Amino acid sequence: MSTNLTPATGAARPHRKDHPLWFLIPALAVLVVFFFVPTLFNFVYAFTDWSSFKSEINFAGFDNFASLFGNGTLLNALKVTLVYAVLVAIFQNLFGLGLALLLERDTRVNRAVRVAFFVPVIMSALAVGYIFQALLKPDGALNGIIGLLTGSDVSIPWLGNTTWTIVVVAIVHAWKWMGLSMLIYLAGLKTIGDDVLEAGRLDGAGRWTMFRSIKFPLLAPAVTFNVATALLGSMNGFDIVQATTEGGPGGTTELLNIFIFRTFGQGLFAQATTMSLVLFLTVTVLAFPVIRFLRKREDVL
Amino acid sequence: MTTAASTAPSRPPASASRPGRAPRRRFPLQPVAAILVAVLVLGVPFWLVIATAAKDRAEALDPNLAPPSEWRLLDNFATVFADGRMTTGFLGSLLVMVPAVVGVLVLGSMAAWILGRRGGRLSAAIYALAISGIVLPPAVVTIVLLLRQLGLAGTALGMIGVYMGMYLSTVIFFVTGFVRTIPHELEEAARVDGAGPVRVFARIILPLLRPVLATATILICLYIWNDVFYALFVIGGRIDTLPLNLYQVASAGLYLQNWHLIFAYIILMSLPLLITFMVAQRRIISGITSGAVK
Repeated sequence: MSTNLTPATGAARPHRKDHPLWFLIPALAVLVVFFFVPTLFNFVYAFTDWSSFKSEINFAGFDNFASLFGNGTLLNALKVTLVYAVLVAIFQNLFGLGLALLLERDTRVNRAVRVAFFVPVIMSALAVGYIFQALLKPDGALNGIIGLLTGSDVSIPWLGNTTWTIVVVAIVHAWKWMGLSMLIYLAGLKTIGDDVLEAGRLDGAGRWTMFRSIKFPLLAPAVTFNVATALLGSMNGFDIVQATTEGGPGGTTELLNIFIFRTFGQGLFAQATTMSLVLFLTVTVLAFPVIRFLRKREDVL
Repeated sequence: MTTAASTAPSRPPASASRPGRAPRRRFPLQPVAAILVAVLVLGVPFWLVIATAAKDRAEALDPNLAPPSEWRLLDNFATVFADGRMTTGFLGSLLVMVPAVVGVLVLGSMAAWILGRRGGRLSAAIYALAISGIVLPPAVVTIVLLLRQLGLAGTALGMIGVYMGMYLSTVIFFVTGFVRTIPHELEEAARVDGAGPVRVFARIILPLLRPVLATATILICLYIWNDVFYALFVIGGRIDTLPLNLYQVASAGLYLQNWHLIFAYIILMSLPLLITFMVAQRRIISGITSGAVK
């Protein structure tokens, strides 16, 4: 708000020269050079034939879009990315909320288990991907456990199914980050006053009613935060998918970032840039509600 | 997990007497369920890593949950250290992480102080632009082109700049919110004594920002230490970092025969952050959650 113009409080307010604008310059310079200029370049080089195969770069119009659209890669990568993001958001929040409710009470055991569930969050996503690749191999440990329980030989190709592998990889992604969601939900549960819960209990609410009618509605800020971060994080996903499936089988887990990395490695820079622009535009369209939410939270603080 | 033992005693038993809980006696279902879930969901993958990392090559060919016939964990660590360019990777990771984090904190705090104090359209617009990087994905391909034009391709300086450009938004967002909670009077007092803006910032504001800067440091260290995607584009093949080395070792042809070394590498590369987390877990957890739910 522009309260600094009101004369009544003006005397107590600091003057503008006390907060000189040049303090902004170093940060803005870095942001412009390393963030905004490359982003502008995206809008330029997506319309060129920039590649490692020739020295000069020529304008190519919508050729990149046409070819990526024509052979189906653009829509496929976009679809895979969105499906992956939604799946991750669902699983990460289900797991996180479940853990938070399970570990809600402040006991010694619960505190220790909470810490343990935060370990995957601080591990490298690439490392997590390799661990699960070993775990999910057809002759890997998970099939071994299932085989032990069912008493027969099991060799489910968890990472080789064109329909279900994206779900499996999304669960791995959720496994890595569920500790963070859990912490956010736990913090949200802490903000619910004991008096509210006591009132519900006195009214004879059972566990389920307590959760559905009291806790869950009051967790709304935590849900918003967790869903937003899970969506954005997984749309920018790369490490876990690269380490488990490398985009396969048959391109069914090829996220935009996987595609960008692969085509960049092949020297098709313009096509990689085009996909980078597609990712940018997709996130921008979906991020507007998120930014508004962040700004609103800012006002509350 | 062994983490239980290391963390439990650090807390006073104050929470045992939490009010408002009906003292009901029942079978300890909840602790059993909690431990069971942790063992199944975390114990299995973690055990797979530790057991495989302790096996020899023949035994680790097919990673499974069987315990190693002979524990060779330290031998494998030694092999990874000798062959896996662990030391250069560690130094490379530090080389890009430390300057990027310091730079982002200093420049971000300077900008956030001004943005948090000045009102008006211009500041609001700059603030909106500055925090847009929290959600917008970096243009990873054209960054490489730009770095080539600047002569920074494949250099540590280029990587540091890219990381700073990516995470300045986060710092500015966190710190601006915090600056607004600092009373003006604290600055005013110093100003009356004749301190200029630089002095006020360095002597008054920066020390007060410590809690929020600690949180930001943790988050950004976590991102940069574990980043492989942007590093692959900017410095892949030129400078070693720990995740880049892991990626190279794992995608090389010898990969499928060397699970024991890959997992030994994973353990070693996770240790610095794990130890930091174990030492400072309460601060880290409260720092991360404090901003999220209000």
